[in-house]
Amino acid sequence: MNDQGRYQPFTYYQLMETSLRELLVEKGIVTHEQVDEEVAAMRARTPERGAKVVAKAWVDAEYKKRLLANATAACEELGLEIPGLRLVAVENTPQVHNAIVCTLCSCYPRVLLGIPPDWYKSRNYRSRMVREPRAVLAEFGLRIADTVQIRVHDSTADMRYLVLPMRPKGTEGWDETRLASIVTRDAMIGVALPTVA
Amino acid sequence: MQAQFETDYPALAPRFKVGDKVKVRATAPLGHIRTPFYIRGHVGEIERLCGSFPNPEELAQMRSGLPAIPLYRVRFKQKEVWPDYKGPGSDVVEIEIFQHWLEKA
Amino acid sequence: MIERGHHDMGGLPAGKVEPTEHDYPEWERRVDAMVQLLRSGGKITVDELRKNIEQLPREAYDHLSYYEKWISSLTQTLIQRGIISTDELGRKMEEVTKRAGPVRD
Repeated sequence: MNDQGRYQPFTYYQLMETSLRELLVEKGIVTHEQVDEEVAAMRARTPERGAKVVAKAWVDAEYKKRLLANATAACEELGLEIPGLRLVAVENTPQVHNAIVCTLCSCYPRVLLGIPPDWYKSRNYRSRMVREPRAVLAEFGLRIADTVQIRVHDSTADMRYLVLPMRPKGTEGWDETRLASIVTRDAMIGVALPTVA
Repeated sequence: MQAQFETDYPALAPRFKVGDKVKVRATAPLGHIRTPFYIRGHVGEIERLCGSFPNPEELAQMRSGLPAIPLYRVRFKQKEVWPDYKGPGSDVVEIEIFQHWLEKA
Repeated sequence: MIERGHHDMGGLPAGKVEPTEHDYPEWERRVDAMVQLLRSGGKITVDELRKNIEQLPREAYDHLSYYEKWISSLTQTLIQRGIISTDELGRKMEEVTKRAGPVRD
């Protein structure tokens, strides 16, 4: 899976990546296989994993309590492998809407949800989300009433955040798989709400 | 006070408890800092003790960052942080801040 | 000018959030993978990586892509740690260039 043997025009940074990787392999610090395995492991980390957690919290009130008390343990309970993740679940209610940002860089629960989207790492999101969250959410098409408190979480240290959205109306009787299918990555960041199609 | 996450490291004792009013020190040293510029000098309330963690300022310099420092989630009213904040008075921003950046308000 | 790091942008004026995404090419995924492997192997910390990204000149910080910044930072971090040397890197880059052709602009 590495580029050796497939000679493409490099950019300076691709040259750096190839050179660094080859040096590290020569020094016995990593192997090509380890790099490939880690790439595969990261590909397997998708928002579906978080959606599973949310869906279970929607159907199981005791699980939801455990999730809100210790989200790391709650994910592990479902067999999700999340090495080193200190996860905090924050619950949306009729009175509170949560949204997550990392103004300083791009901290995100990647080991649960996968690599964050470009916009989450962008200057515009990182700059404005703490200062004018309602305007930013409106750009995402989400208008939050003034009667609802917005809590913006700036992820500056060791915790990572997962928004637990409210279960929408019209999902009565749905099983966990069907519920999970409407929980999007953006809803777990807090810039969208799950919707019934 | 119960920490959200336990620490394996030797740690300093927590000085603050939930509900305490704290002020973020308004200083701008050099190095790797995880207390955002926009919140320095502002007063907030301790929402929870996250746990104690090695100091990222020191880890960035290839040092151990020990003893671990208590890390708090601090809640700030948006209308107090931004003079031109347009949303309701209830809106807040919550930030994780290390103890050495906080003083009693 | 250095009182506030240019990465420390919370609250600064900025434009509309463009909900762009891209499918990450293999080389970017490999940067990500190497970062994870070296961190979990205890060779580097995320704090050093962040510090080195913050230390990039402002133009580089604003114009390089996310993984261009990370490969730059990862490389600097490994040099600082003495895991690779500048000379080794330079020679390897020459060798790779001989095989693969010159970098494109």
